Amino acid sequence: MNKYGLHARPAMQFVEIANRFNCKIEVANGSLVVDAKSIMSVMRLAATKGTVLRIVADGEDAQPAVEALEKLVVEGFGEE
Amino acid sequence: MKIKKGIGVSPGVAIAPAVVIGTEEFDVPRREVPSDLGKVELARLKKAIVVSKKEVQDLRDRTAERIGKEIASIFDFHLGLLDDKEVILKFADAITDGHVTAEYAVATVLRAYAKEFQSMPAYFAERVKDIYDIEKRLLRNLIGEKRQSLSHLTKDMNVLAHDLTPSQTAGMDRSHICGLAMDAGGKTSHTAIVARALGIPAVVGLNDVTAEASSGDMVVIDGNRGLVIIDPDERTLQQARQQARQQVDFVHELDALRDLPAITTDGHEVALLGNIEFPGEVQTVLEKGGQGIGLYRTEFLYLASDTEPSEEDHYLAYRKVIEACAGRPLVIRTLDLGADKYTQARTRVPERNPFLGCRSIRLCLQNLPMFKTQLRAILRASVDAQVSLMFPLLTNVLELRQAKTIVRDVMEDLEEEGVEHRVDIPIGIMVETPSAALQCSSFAQEVDFFSIGTNDLIQYTLAVDRGNERVAALFSAANPAVLRLIKEVIRAGQRYGIPVSLCGEMAADPMFTMLLLGLGLRVFSCAPPAIPGVKKVIRSASMEQSLQVARRVMGFDSDMETLNYLRAEIRRVMPEEYAE
Repeated sequence: MNKYGLHARPAMQFVEIANRFNCKIEVANGSLVVDAKSIMSVMRLAATKGTVLRIVADGEDAQPAVEALEKLVVEGFGEE
Repeated sequence: MKIKKGIGVSPGVAIAPAVVIGTEEFDVPRREVPSDLGKVELARLKKAIVVSKKEVQDLRDRTAERIGKEIASIFDFHLGLLDDKEVILKFADAITDGHVTAEYAVATVLRAYAKEFQSMPAYFAERVKDIYDIEKRLLRNLIGEKRQSLSHLTKDMNVLAHDLTPSQTAGMDRSHICGLAMDAGGKTSHTAIVARALGIPAVVGLNDVTAEASSGDMVVIDGNRGLVIIDPDERTLQQARQQARQQVDFVHELDALRDLPAITTDGHEVALLGNIEFPGEVQTVLEKGGQGIGLYRTEFLYLASDTEPSEEDHYLAYRKVIEACAGRPLVIRTLDLGADKYTQARTRVPERNPFLGCRSIRLCLQNLPMFKTQLRAILRASVDAQVSLMFPLLTNVLELRQAKTIVRDVMEDLEEEGVEHRVDIPIGIMVETPSAALQCSSFAQEVDFFSIGTNDLIQYTLAVDRGNERVAALFSAANPAVLRLIKEVIRAGQRYGIPVSLCGEMAADPMFTMLLLGLGLRVFSCAPPAIPGVKKVIRSASMEQSLQVARRVMGFDSDMETLNYLRAEIRRVMPEEYAE
């Protein structure tokens, strides 16, 4: 996770990648589960640095979707 | 049918469809939308979203170009929100399940998000601003399709707004505006003055009429009783039409006085002139029986456009007015702006008290290129014309001397350039500050005429903001202090042999006509619609009576006493018009 957590720009990147896939994708922060393709929902997660996010995808391209999103988060969204 | 009560500030009855102007801070009304019209609202919403997305995309691209990609990326959030399926679903549900308008759906859904975000960690709470921004944009695009620009109306309409600024009224298409109704404002607010100048009905202080009416609703504005009726039923509509007809008849009756002289019953002649803002109004002044222009306000040249007017812009406007006057007297007042959005928006550090700040002549003396541009145009336009020059808001004689020196400098420049110009233009001042009024003897020796500006004089003398409805009751021309100053100024004029006119709203009020005549005033300049009414009083009264009235009034020590007495006096002189 990057310095500021999941704020606007990284959230946008996250959502943009999620929207490239057809499958249903959900992301969770603890018990709060939201649609990964909705920017407002993802921002609602208010994930700060160090939060553990759980990504669940369901559909044909679920595997690549999860991999792409995981890669984004782990690499800190290309920030510092 | 809804009836709302406010303060009637300009008489008459106007019946026309409404055009509702909101402010940026709209309060979106909740209106029930029948289920079958839900699809219409959804369609409107979809359209507004498409338009908004395009606007943001353009904004982002321009920002990326001009400032940089980093900053421009903030708009990605806006686009993301407008694309967000969850958000759009929420909007749609609100419309179909809640039976509300698209505006209401947008406002409630986005404000709910905003509220949620507000309680999140700092960085997320920052996005609340963006959410409100998007809300405003969507609302603007939703309401925008129904809202018409005030400067291009195609049909007669009643204008409903929160309030109208001088900039807005300056740009209005006056030919199609029937009446005005405002949420804010009081008797002395800017809207009231404009309505009276135009001779159209107006009601202010309605609080929330813009929330209750929508553009397109039929609205009756009754300036006599201070009522606004939205969606009137048949019976009410008939009554209103009848009243409107009676009003028209009354006006026609007064218009018959047009060619008759303004002369008292015992043979004293009075000059009746008109106040104007636009060249087109000269015609109205003449139609109403005015003999010339006692005050030509030049502010609209600055208010009606985004850029400062050029010398040619000034020149052309002045030539139009001069030609329309066809030899009749014309007094051109130099820029009297300030203390409003025009100058405040352009200053780096807004003034805390603009009314007492760098405005009007002070602004001109601190901005010589702008001042000289106007002066050059006036001098050039006035060749072979009966034009006088007038400076506003003077408070000391040095200011006056400075201004006159600049006029001479401009004349020298024009002389050197070989440009034709008026060399002997009479120069006068507005007496509208207590300072100028109290020093009237000194000023009288250095000017060619006075014009008493009671609107501002009352404001400054009584320390009352005439735009503030909470203290509007204190704002009164009948206050003894004001009357004493007026009397002094007229006497100074008589002593030093210079003409004195009065061009504030007091000149337009028939109740004060006899008093002013009795105090020695012989030149009245008022809004064109008021000219016939004042002429009627002059023709119905005698100078002897007027002197008596003035003597009595100057002995009163309250405006209440004065107003009661004046009311009784005018009833004696014109019983039918002013019956109980």
